[in-house]
Amino acid sequence: MNDVTGTRDYDWWLLAVMTMICAVGVLEIYSATHGSSLAGMHMKQVRWLAVGFVLMFALSRIDYHLILEQAPILYLVGIASLIAVLLTGHTRFGAKRWIPILGEFFQVSELVKLIIIVVLARFFAEVRSDELSLRDLIKAGLLVGLPLGLILKQPDLGTALVLVPMVVVGAFLAGLQWQHAAIFTLAGVLLIGSVFFPPVSRHILKPYQRERITSFLHPEEDAKGSGYQLLQSKIAVGSGGFWGKGFGNGSQNQLGYIPVRYSDFIMSAWAEEQGFKGVLLALGLYMALLLRLVQNAQRAKDRAGMFLVMGVAAALGFHVLVNVAMVIGAMPVTGIPLPLMSYGGSATLFVFMAIGLVMNVRLRRFVN
Amino acid sequence: MSYWFRNDNRLPQQRLAIASYVIVGMIGVLLVGFWKLQVIDSDKYLQWAERNKVRYLPVIAPRGRMLDRDGRVLVDNYPSFSVLLLRDDPVQVQKHLAAIAEGLNIPIADLKLQLQNSRNLNNFQPIVIKPEASKGDVAFIESHRTDIPLLEMLLVHRRRYLPGGFMAHASGYVGEVSEEQIEASDGRLRPGDFAGKSGLEHQYNDLLQGTDGMRRVIVNSVGKEVDRLPTQEAIPGKQIQLTIDYDLQQVAEQSLGPREGAVVALDPRNGEVLAMASHPAPDSNDFAVRIAAEEWKRLNDDPAKPLLNRAIQAQLAPGSVFKIIMATAMLEDKVPPESFTTYCPGYATFYKRQFKCWVYGKSSHGEVNLHKAIVQSCDVFFYNVGQRLGVDRISYYASHLGMGHRTGIDLPSEETGLVPSEEWVERVYHHKWYPGSTISLAIGQEALTATPVQLARVIGGIASGGVFKQPHLLKDAPDVAEERFPIREHTLQEVTDGMYGVVNEEHGTATAVKLPGIEFSGKSGTAQIINYDLRSRLGKTKQFKDNSWFVGYAPRRNPEIVVAVLVQFGGHGSEAAAPVVRDIMKAYYDKKAKKEGQITADNGNASKPAPPVAPAQPRRTPKAPATTAAVGEIPITDPHPQDPR
Repeated sequence: MNDVTGTRDYDWWLLAVMTMICAVGVLEIYSATHGSSLAGMHMKQVRWLAVGFVLMFALSRIDYHLILEQAPILYLVGIASLIAVLLTGHTRFGAKRWIPILGEFFQVSELVKLIIIVVLARFFAEVRSDELSLRDLIKAGLLVGLPLGLILKQPDLGTALVLVPMVVVGAFLAGLQWQHAAIFTLAGVLLIGSVFFPPVSRHILKPYQRERITSFLHPEEDAKGSGYQLLQSKIAVGSGGFWGKGFGNGSQNQLGYIPVRYSDFIMSAWAEEQGFKGVLLALGLYMALLLRLVQNAQRAKDRAGMFLVMGVAAALGFHVLVNVAMVIGAMPVTGIPLPLMSYGGSATLFVFMAIGLVMNVRLRRFVN
Repeated sequence: MSYWFRNDNRLPQQRLAIASYVIVGMIGVLLVGFWKLQVIDSDKYLQWAERNKVRYLPVIAPRGRMLDRDGRVLVDNYPSFSVLLLRDDPVQVQKHLAAIAEGLNIPIADLKLQLQNSRNLNNFQPIVIKPEASKGDVAFIESHRTDIPLLEMLLVHRRRYLPGGFMAHASGYVGEVSEEQIEASDGRLRPGDFAGKSGLEHQYNDLLQGTDGMRRVIVNSVGKEVDRLPTQEAIPGKQIQLTIDYDLQQVAEQSLGPREGAVVALDPRNGEVLAMASHPAPDSNDFAVRIAAEEWKRLNDDPAKPLLNRAIQAQLAPGSVFKIIMATAMLEDKVPPESFTTYCPGYATFYKRQFKCWVYGKSSHGEVNLHKAIVQSCDVFFYNVGQRLGVDRISYYASHLGMGHRTGIDLPSEETGLVPSEEWVERVYHHKWYPGSTISLAIGQEALTATPVQLARVIGGIASGGVFKQPHLLKDAPDVAEERFPIREHTLQEVTDGMYGVVNEEHGTATAVKLPGIEFSGKSGTAQIINYDLRSRLGKTKQFKDNSWFVGYAPRRNPEIVVAVLVQFGGHGSEAAAPVVRDIMKAYYDKKAKKEGQITADNGNASKPAPPVAPAQPRRTPKAPATTAAVGEIPITDPHPQDPR
């Protein structure tokens, strides 16, 4: 399908916004680590970004219809690799999530997220009515349920949860009926409620997950655990004030009170040093990014493209929401990184590849 | 195109628009969250961030040293480490409490008690949980810096006293402050702080203590110090110079030996205490860290009462030493007239009761006049004097010559002694004064009691013509109080001649301690603990052996040194106590002669080496002028602040 005209049709605005977010991320990674044993981490991140850009452009060149075509195979590959990682994977930080490729450790679940976006786009694109039937809805649920269960088994609650908004947003756009929405919302509320209800949560959550829930509800009872992390993050954010303490001057950041300040809590470090004005910039960029994705979806050539783009938007939007809400202490610690800002290999590559899919759709919007 | 696409590719634009609103709403909500933290509650979090990173560590001010009159160090400090518990985060403290207790070998109950005691303090103030960290403790703290970031070591200055209880009662000791002291200190003292608990340490605590400083350091999340903020320096305590003469003190300690008793040596011209010993004595070093509960109990329960400073707290009958007061009273009141003589057959009968003289059964004094009565300590003579003077006059003179009230020495908890009177008996015992009591009172028995320091002051004052200086241990003390009770020259002559005779005349009670070339005078005293009759029935056991007194001075008029010695259960005054006085007297004159000899030798350009100034510990500053200045502002009044315990 040699329908792609040239570089002119890339979404340069989107690229610009992305690059700015990445720049903010690299700066803050530098600030958070330059005085510690992790010094030089920002350069590693730059390398990941470079690889990401390459992958993004590569992925944008292959017609997304071809990719969607391979959805069943991709799905099988995804499931297989999740099972493989459970059987042979590398355990780090108490969870089996990693497999070594080329000397680096990759999180299989990041790749699976990408595959599920593709699979769901394919699935919803095949729905032939304007209203989503309950039968299709359940099918979609099962399609996502299997990998979700496998990821939970690692255990990696954060990544597993990311699959939920993908299917929710997809179903919504595929014509989810209000009654179904109401039923599933109720079910969802019950599930979340039971997670916070100890007699039930004892059976469905891992001890560390229960601990996170507890420490979220009662941070003072667990001062050095995840409650402590949330508290320190809030202190960092709050003490930044409106103007911030200045680059490299955040005591919570520099003295290491913010947990994993270069990764999951990078927004906390940024908020401390740059203050509310910096937060305004960062969240503004994320809003621009997400709105730009929706715009690309609106202009997609077909429903399949739209679902693909919105799948990406759902995943990234959920990442931003959950991560930032955690940083301000409004959500428990889930271990979800902030897209493009947090340091990370697999997570960064996932975002770039996801945006690659978006570019892919955009490049083909005028072609019939 | 592929078969699986829907033919119609209408996009759900409406629902996509909703997605945009959701995104905007989501970002908006997050921004509101940030606004609340960063703008509304910013101050609170800024404070928390400060508290996170800044750790307050006390800098302990060293206590001032105590020097003797020649600048030799009597009480010094040595550096040591205490273990501090940082309590910024109570949850953390609770979490690690068991591990800390085990690692530092502290009973967990103790640790909890200490936390309980400091609950009123600010959380950012660390508390001392273990004074005197061992090597093992230091290793424990260092190796657990990361997982137990609550422990810190604090450099402190421990008190070092001369060993073996040397001068222990005068110097006193320091100990951890009590809750009452903390409350009374207006925040100056914290739990775990040390303050003077007794003796000079207590008396001059404000001078000696200094003011602790504060070190502020920036710590990272694992408790490692990464930077320092300006330190509030500690202001060291002032050094004080005492009137004590190390050489005389040493002689006093050695000469008194293991016997229960006390020594007080004064310069009656100015009230300076040259030596003060009380035995048995605790080792003050035992208190310098944290005294074990059993040791404290043992010291308190010991029947020999090692914590009692006998020099100022032993209230015992002065026995025949009181005859000097009687003689003074007789001569001043002329009752009976000076020419009064009596015959001593070894006893006398008053009010149908027989009163024995101390020579009863061995010999008799025969015809006795005042001089002979003093020299040979004839009881019968003074029985007669007492009967004629009456209890009122005896009380009057005893009180005005300095008995029955505190001398005002600059030590806490001085006792008053007691001068009985008719009024006193009626008030306390609700009966009339028995005339027979006057007879016993005349030889320093009955309810009459005195402390060693009182007797030194009284005898020294009488020999100085009725000028009584306030005894004190702080050198160059201003406002040394003085009481005057003018004595006629003739009285003075008679009394001092008598006391000279005690030591130097034939048949004097203390001729054995005569010192050639020195006008050593004095008066012995042998005070019954129970009366003669009862004792003869019980037999001579140590418990009922007499208390031995000797108060000596030199020269015979306007003395420059007076020494009062008490040896409890020592028997006759001239046997047990007098040799101690002699030893000190001799040491005093030997030293004086040596000094004068040196001056002569120096003038004569001799090659004698210069005398060593500070033998034990060299002085860091040769008599800091700041000390003297500050000392000058402290009047040595307030003789009895609260009980040191």
